[in-house]
Amino acid sequence: MGKTLFEKVWDAHVVAQDEGAPAVLYIDAHLIHEVTSPQAFGMLREQGLTVRRPDKTFATMDHAIPTRDLDIALWPADAATQVRTLRENCEAFGVTLWDINGPIQGIVHVVGPEMGVTHPGMTIVCGDSHTSTHGAFGALAFGIGTSEVGHVLATQCLLQKKPRTMAITVDGELGTGVTAKDIILAIIAKNGAGGGAGYVFEYRGSAIRTLSMANRMTICNMSIEGGARAGMIAPDETTFAFLKGRPYAPQGEAWERAVAFWKTLGSDADAHFDRELRLDASQLQPMVTYGTNPGQGVPVTGRIPLPEDLEDPAERRSLLSAMEYMGLKPGQAMEGQPIDIVFIGSCTNGRIEDLREAARIVQGRRVAGHIEAIVVPGSKAVKGQAEAEGLDRIFQEAGFEWRGAGCSMCLAMNDDKAGAGKYVASTSNRNFQGRQGPGARSLLMSPIMAAAAAVNGRVVDVREMLR
Amino acid sequence: MQPFTALSAAAVPLRMENVDTDQIIPARYLTAVTKDGMGAGLFSWIRYHPDGTPKADFVLNQPEYQGARILIAGRNFGSGSSREHAVWALTDYGFRCVISPGFADIFYNNSLKNGLLPVTLEEEVVALLWDLVEEEPTTTLQIDLRSQTVTLPDGQQHSFAIDPFRKICLLEGLDDLGYISSKEAAIVAYEARPTY
Repeated sequence: MGKTLFEKVWDAHVVAQDEGAPAVLYIDAHLIHEVTSPQAFGMLREQGLTVRRPDKTFATMDHAIPTRDLDIALWPADAATQVRTLRENCEAFGVTLWDINGPIQGIVHVVGPEMGVTHPGMTIVCGDSHTSTHGAFGALAFGIGTSEVGHVLATQCLLQKKPRTMAITVDGELGTGVTAKDIILAIIAKNGAGGGAGYVFEYRGSAIRTLSMANRMTICNMSIEGGARAGMIAPDETTFAFLKGRPYAPQGEAWERAVAFWKTLGSDADAHFDRELRLDASQLQPMVTYGTNPGQGVPVTGRIPLPEDLEDPAERRSLLSAMEYMGLKPGQAMEGQPIDIVFIGSCTNGRIEDLREAARIVQGRRVAGHIEAIVVPGSKAVKGQAEAEGLDRIFQEAGFEWRGAGCSMCLAMNDDKAGAGKYVASTSNRNFQGRQGPGARSLLMSPIMAAAAAVNGRVVDVREMLR
Repeated sequence: MQPFTALSAAAVPLRMENVDTDQIIPARYLTAVTKDGMGAGLFSWIRYHPDGTPKADFVLNQPEYQGARILIAGRNFGSGSSREHAVWALTDYGFRCVISPGFADIFYNNSLKNGLLPVTLEEEVVALLWDLVEEEPTTTLQIDLRSQTVTLPDGQQHSFAIDPFRKICLLEGLDDLGYISSKEAAIVAYEARPTY
């Protein structure tokens, strides 16, 4: 029997496998950031260990940093301490650091692919659950805890139990105004926020093949919101075209050899998946979440379910608790729901393509009077490109704030927080209680839906603006 | 790592599904550079009013559940962020075991690396335990990792599954590093192979 993409990558990285033990899995690239690495470096120091492969380790500063142009002397003390600690650790252990003061900076999952660190067939880990993003290149990429960050720093390996596989096939053509974000929100709404636990997803089908790398990254990014630690897409010409010429991509003859190898990675026709799920892209609509986990989403023309629609008592309990937090009512239509804040950015939707699409909606329009709207590019490169294309002017003329690169209001670790009770139209990945600020109420949606919400001051069906 | 063999303790019923790691410990507590004192941030948005006073109706604040070492939660516990701080917050607070019908993968792994035992039981059994400890908060549950059982005061026993390798690590208090390092020769050989 043939092998899946996942099995090919997994099998090629098993260093040792004892009977009855997890595999010792080799890690090709280890991304670290300021928030989940300090205690791992602390462990190295306590045990007198070194970083085994500093050449395979890359550090960014993204989670806690302010996105306003601020001297570090004016930062909150704890964020400044984390950034200084990362600098000291990278210096002491010889790790490449993409510092906030340097030309290369931004969200770890935006910068890694931009630099060409992410290759098909690699194993990639980071102390961040959205490491699944890199699966868009046909890499096996997943988030790990800080203990595991320490293990990888010290040994370049991880002890891992082999996950199961789920094929998610999306065939057909997306309608106008329906995006990659809507595909993944629809998958999670169908399969549940915990439905992928224990699995690695492989996204396949004609609708996936036609997507850009940015869109593929959006989908793989949110695999974790469906419970899967990793999501993968087989590499193809789109992947190779994106990678070619990037600083850490193979060059010259090595490039040719690499591409020849990468072409062998796709799942074999007779490969077996433990589970399969199918979606028809032509039936999808722009999605909006109404609840407090990313599985609680409906098409924008839809309504919040009624408790009696849900057979499962746990789902009913979840719905009622979400309604209480969100200040919404079961059965309510999502269209027309007023919004207070709009956040465009994050490792899900902070890439240049996302900003271009959102700018197209915003151009020549004004943000509704009461709305606070910010655009946070995923990296300095994205920011620079957007400015070269004049997108910054479009956003600012419409009344958006134009910020520096970072994670920002996706997780509210810096001062970009939504106030209690505020409704946020957000292009990020999590609508958890308090995620975007204590008491903040997140509605996840695509960049064009968020842009449409900004100019209308409420949730609207962006397709009406595209007619 | 602190070993886990057996535990006889009271339990807190947390009747919530999809308790994500942002709820277990909000991002504002992640700016620390050590693991110390994370328990102060445990469930903080749910546990405290904005002015810092405890919310009387939250189960962790109710006097009858003080000193409990076992948390009983709904399905998909620990979803979301990979932050190990969530596990550190639970252990620093005093929990040694979480019972749920299902855990998110990263949280589950992180628990095993900190001597916090994740016990997966059927939904019906979790519902029964909730009823039991709500009715009688002093109920003592006996968790035995060797026999992989949870025993109720009336003698009723429920088995749970755990990976045999992880079981040994927990019983002995072993971390992964020693095991991985014992494969040094294989790692060196692997690194010598050409990539393509």
